[in-house]
Amino acid sequence: MLQVKNLTKIYDGGVKALDNVSFEVPKGQFLAVIGLSGSGKSTLLRCINRLIDPTEGQILWDGEDVTAASPEEMRRIRRKIGMVFQHFNLVHRSKVITNVLAGRLGYINPAWSFLNRFPKADVEKAIKQLQRVGIAEKANQRADELSGGQQQRVGIARALMQDPHMILADEPVASLDPVLAHSIMKHLEEINKSDGVTVLCSLHFLDLVHRYADRVIALNQGQLVYEGLPKDIDDKKFKDIYGRDAERVG
Amino acid sequence: MKNKKTSPWKSIRLGFIILLIFVIYAYGFDVTAVTLEELKSETRQESLTRVTRALAKPEIIEYEQTVEVVNAPVYVSCPQGGVTLPEPDTSGPYIVVSPACAEAGEPVTVQGFNFAPNTEGPLRFIPGNDPANIVELGRDNVRTDGDGNFVAEFTLPKGRASDDVQYIRATLSANVGTPRFTQTAKDTWNKIIETVFLALLATTVGTILAIPISFIAARNLMKSVRSPLTSIAFSTLGWPVGMALGIYIVGLVGDFSGPLTGNLLLNIVIVGVLPVAIPVAIRWSLPQEEISTPGPALRTGRMAVILLTVLVSFFGLYQLSGLFRNGGLVLENILGAWGFLGSFLFQLGDILGVLIPVTAALAAGGALSSFLGRIGQRAAEKLPAATVKLLNLIFSALAGATVLGLIGWLVEWLYQIGRPEFTLWGPVTVGAALGLLLAVFSKAKDSLPIGLVIYTVTRTILNTLRSVEALVMAIVFVIAVGIGPFAGVMALGLHTIVSLAKLYSEQVESIQAGPLEAVQATGANRLQTIIYAVVPQIVPPYISYTMYRWDINVRMSTIIGFVGGGGIGFLLQQNINLLNYRAASAQMIAIAVVVSIMDYVSSALREKVV
Ligand SMILES: Nc1ncnc2c1ncn2[C@@H]1O[C@H](COP(=O)(O)OP(=O)(O)O)[C@@H](O)[C@H]1O
Ligand SMILES: [Mg+2]
Repeated sequence: MLQVKNLTKIYDGGVKALDNVSFEVPKGQFLAVIGLSGSGKSTLLRCINRLIDPTEGQILWDGEDVTAASPEEMRRIRRKIGMVFQHFNLVHRSKVITNVLAGRLGYINPAWSFLNRFPKADVEKAIKQLQRVGIAEKANQRADELSGGQQQRVGIARALMQDPHMILADEPVASLDPVLAHSIMKHLEEINKSDGVTVLCSLHFLDLVHRYADRVIALNQGQLVYEGLPKDIDDKKFKDIYGRDAERVG
Repeated sequence: MKNKKTSPWKSIRLGFIILLIFVIYAYGFDVTAVTLEELKSETRQESLTRVTRALAKPEIIEYEQTVEVVNAPVYVSCPQGGVTLPEPDTSGPYIVVSPACAEAGEPVTVQGFNFAPNTEGPLRFIPGNDPANIVELGRDNVRTDGDGNFVAEFTLPKGRASDDVQYIRATLSANVGTPRFTQTAKDTWNKIIETVFLALLATTVGTILAIPISFIAARNLMKSVRSPLTSIAFSTLGWPVGMALGIYIVGLVGDFSGPLTGNLLLNIVIVGVLPVAIPVAIRWSLPQEEISTPGPALRTGRMAVILLTVLVSFFGLYQLSGLFRNGGLVLENILGAWGFLGSFLFQLGDILGVLIPVTAALAAGGALSSFLGRIGQRAAEKLPAATVKLLNLIFSALAGATVLGLIGWLVEWLYQIGRPEFTLWGPVTVGAALGLLLAVFSKAKDSLPIGLVIYTVTRTILNTLRSVEALVMAIVFVIAVGIGPFAGVMALGLHTIVSLAKLYSEQVESIQAGPLEAVQATGANRLQTIIYAVVPQIVPPYISYTMYRWDINVRMSTIIGFVGGGGIGFLLQQNINLLNYRAASAQMIAIAVVVSIMDYVSSALREKVV
């Protein structure tokens, strides 16, 4: 169970990216986060694993206070939270398998990282994750030789390496074409349904939300403007979320 | 702007600017002493010709030579009553001047007979009436034909009129036998090798040290490093205490190791066994991966094993150093011509011996600092704010006093001021006061941007040092460690560190932030993030910059000898000073060859790697 309480983030420049946001996510839920670009979705997801330090508010995960965690505790918390990014964020010049193995770093003793060594079991596990997302044959290629869809699968495999209890996906399909988008979303759905991993996924298109999300929250200029089921978003709610001039299509 | 009205002010301003430029350049010519008059003067041109011709004939290859030297009398301005010259000795080579007298500046014909065929050399005027005079004027070369004869026109020099007899001398020589390298060529070869290795060492050392520095000089990596004041103060204190402890303890290890190094066999056994034993200990005490948090007993046990392992490792390093030195001495005696390999081994051992205490100090300092820093972090998190504030007040003052006190001690050591109120009590008080102020005005549990502070300090030091020319550094090091290539290596090495660290860190600052964020999100700590997200991104530019620096170092190492820094520059400068232009020419050619080869090799490599 993830509880976000009165979360506020004010950036150094004075931009209020999150404004007193509170919500809860039960274990195993697929939660969609929607909102216009600049509404604070990325900021929200990054506050949850403290890539960004919130200005105010509290985040509790399974009873543990994430916002008050020390660097060492944060390391233990983060390794249970996988993250998937819009631009995949792979290390381009490294091999695919190395990118996947990086998901284990939260468990590896840092002293061993000097030697660039991973335990054998981890290497086998990495191959297994690559098989799961269907690109095991690319393991020894350089990451930037892969297509966008393939890179995102590597991103998912990296998150899976962490044995995550929760996955934060920040617009995972925004830079992919619709067909690929569905294949990536299906992977997330499968992980959510069969492994019971909680998924927080920010999305652009409402049809994806309807198709994959259990529940949805919407942000507008940092404020939580909707919380509920995807099917309950009517025309009025839609205008609250996307602004008065927005047209609903499809 | 709207209408094109020509304003008189504009014209005046233009005129003024032109005038100003004229004055600036006039002054520039004056201070740089640009004058073509000097170039046009006859003596200049003559020496220019001489130097250029010498440069065109580098002293690389020489032959055995046969030399025939013959004089013939001549009168400059004909004496009254004409001249009667003795018959030349025709049994050997001889020359005949006709007419036997002429005015200064007039041409005479010189014929040579009975010389060896196909020999060559200068025909010169010998002033004064001494046939053995070594002063020679003129620079006309003659060459004998297949029969050993020659005919040449010779212009008598001006201003050398005399009533006495004077001489014209032919010095003809021919090469015989097979060519061989001159001593100059051999010296040049030795020095050019020294030069290349000077550049190599400086580049290697510089690169190795510049890499870690470049990380702490990169804003994007340091920006996020923040710690509470308690942690900062603790880890600041940890450095000097740890370093002192490290040096002391490793000294004990060294004393223990010393008597054992005499025995070559024991040495080899120890050096052979430890690399097997140490990894086993490390594997036990630092498990690769750990899901659950270990209990206190296990932790303490591991800590003890690690400490012991470190001590044993240093003991092993001492043994290795001893082995290298003793083994090197032995090898040097056996290997004969390859003895330099033995002495290289010896030097390695020596260097290792010097590096051990330095490494120990850095390792112990770093370890204690990070250990105490962690304790400080814990304290700041868990203790109540009032207690943290108190801790901050005490330890921040202590840390400030220590840092400034150490700087004061350095100043005292450097300048021997001998006034403790300036170099001891003063800095200590100021440091304590600064620390106190910081503790008073910061919130007890707040994180301070220590990363940015370190970044700024590092950048400032780098920029200051970078503005010092490598040649100037070489002068300083020549004074510090004496004339020779070692000073050159130190100077070039230091300059390489500071300039590469700057270039590298700019590369670190321009990497993609995405992968960094992604690796951080997996729970990787700072070190792991650097290894897995930063390093792969910077390898190509680092290699390319290192090559570029290698190029520069080769060039620099050729001239660093001018100030006594070793390498070929020393020889070149010496020969120029001795007016030995043919030797200097050989060295300049060597430099040109080496620099262009290095240039070619490095650009070829760069294309391959990047
Ligand atoms: N590092 C930053 N510094 C300052 N402002 C930022 C930063 N990152 C994002 N913002 C601002 O915060 C707001 C929310 O951004 P973001 O969380 O990226 O929105 P979204 O992901 O929904 O597009 C935007 O106005 C953006 O300009
Ligand atoms: Mg975003």
